[in-house]
Amino acid sequence: MYHSLHDAIADAEARGVSLATAALDIEARDQGRPVAEIREALLRALHVMRGAVEQGLTGDLRSNSGLVGGDAAKLRTGPEGPLAGTVFREVLMRAIAVQEVNAAMGIIVAAPTAGGAGVLPGVLLGLASKQQFSDHAMVDALATAGLIGAVVAQRASLSGAEGGCQAETGAAAGMAAGAATQLLGGTPAQVGHAVALAQQGTLGLVCDPLGGLVELPCVFRNATGAAIALAAVEMAIAGITFAIPADEVIDTMGEIGREMDVRYRETAGGGLAATPTGRRLAKERLTQIKRA
Amino acid sequence: MVSLLDIIGPVMVGPSSSHTAGACRLGLIAHDLVAGTPERALIELHGSFARTGEGHGTDKAIVGGLLGFRPDDERLREALQIMEKEGLDYRFEKTTLGEEPEVHPNTVRITVHRAHRHHVMLGASLGAGRIRVSEIDGYPVEVDGSHHTIVMVAEDVKGSIARIAGILSEADVNIATLRLSRKHRGGDAFMVIEVDDRPTDEVGAALKALPWVRWTHRIEKVGG
Ligand code: SF4
Repeated sequence: MYHSLHDAIADAEARGVSLATAALDIEARDQGRPVAEIREALLRALHVMRGAVEQGLTGDLRSNSGLVGGDAAKLRTGPEGPLAGTVFREVLMRAIAVQEVNAAMGIIVAAPTAGGAGVLPGVLLGLASKQQFSDHAMVDALATAGLIGAVVAQRASLSGAEGGCQAETGAAAGMAAGAATQLLGGTPAQVGHAVALAQQGTLGLVCDPLGGLVELPCVFRNATGAAIALAAVEMAIAGITFAIPADEVIDTMGEIGREMDVRYRETAGGGLAATPTGRRLAKERLTQIKRA
Repeated sequence: MVSLLDIIGPVMVGPSSSHTAGACRLGLIAHDLVAGTPERALIELHGSFARTGEGHGTDKAIVGGLLGFRPDDERLREALQIMEKEGLDYRFEKTTLGEEPEVHPNTVRITVHRAHRHHVMLGASLGAGRIRVSEIDGYPVEVDGSHHTIVMVAEDVKGSIARIAGILSEADVNIATLRLSRKHRGGDAFMVIEVDDRPTDEVGAALKALPWVRWTHRIEKVGG
């Protein structure tokens, strides 16, 4: 797979193809599998994402610990704020829905990880709730998201334990922003700017889940990650460019992650997890799980 | 090599790629080591696995793996009940297996028994569903489940690798990597052979029939 978005974009431009096509061709070569087979696997992932959104929006889900659940439904039927009726609200509720399913041990696509799994389907399926896209275009979007994630994995990290939440929901925001920009007709260069714009907005984000459980703040961080992604898409499509190339933003994320104190890397030793309320809730809930 | 399908995937039961999906994969490898569901198992959890495992369903995921369930199998949620119903004797212990960074925070030692077979493995969940088994029966190994893998213990005889390679190539099984480890010179060798194609039962039987092979198992590729 490409090691930089720069190379991927240059290749796509030279060949006059989308980033998705460029990425799928390299993947097919790397894995020795036909492109059709890879598309097939991505289509399966798309179906699982749709299923998780559906389940999360309609189901009555509670996490193992009871810390999270039921909030996607509030966005679906609850009182409306300034985002009433917009795609923005559709995106938020879907990002939360998938994470609620995840926390309840339901089936999701880890993209890039389980903790950040709400952002990509939130953004893509939120857009699709207002506008028709073919499965082919959605699979292309997933391929481009995969390319972006693969570049992040090689240059930085996709693990909260290694690089903080900037590596999970932050990377997911970059993936979703790039994928959605392509889906809406953006050029490969615009996809690059969308990735940079999204990831610059999540730099430094720590991983601080209560009790070390992928629940709180994770569910909401997927929603805010999706919001950042959506903002980046809007800017990139409008023609805004970000002066620091996406690859260098990603490198910066990696550098910050390596410097990040271990308390902020999924250990529940710092951040929200270490607040008085965070500690109390974690303790209560973990004892409850043991009793159950 | 990073694959698109590792990034957009795996499809899995939540909530944690490392504490649930990775844990399940480790259980599956222990399952494959005894070629089926073990009757008895000791599961020793270290570090973050011990601390936050219950909240992440790590216990259910490892037991699910031992039962042969894959990370996307919804039965993982009920794995503990299924274990009890089947009358399986699996025990959990929290322990310290060493210091970081030598020992990864998400490490587990699993001892499994099935009929006359028993094995001990040490493995870690590295994040994003990736795993690494670093020790089997005291031999240092490296198994990550990304390939179909043949593990075997054989006497250290000359030409053994050529014979094994011959059997595999006749069966049209392509070798991706082959690693050997010994506890001491002239002692038994532990071989880990990652292959591109799933070796059939016949291949397994042919390997087992070699007089200097003590035992061999096939570990199934998981995911992708
Ligand atoms: S806070 Fe940590 S566990 Fe939660 S989503 Fe972010 S990286 Fe994952």
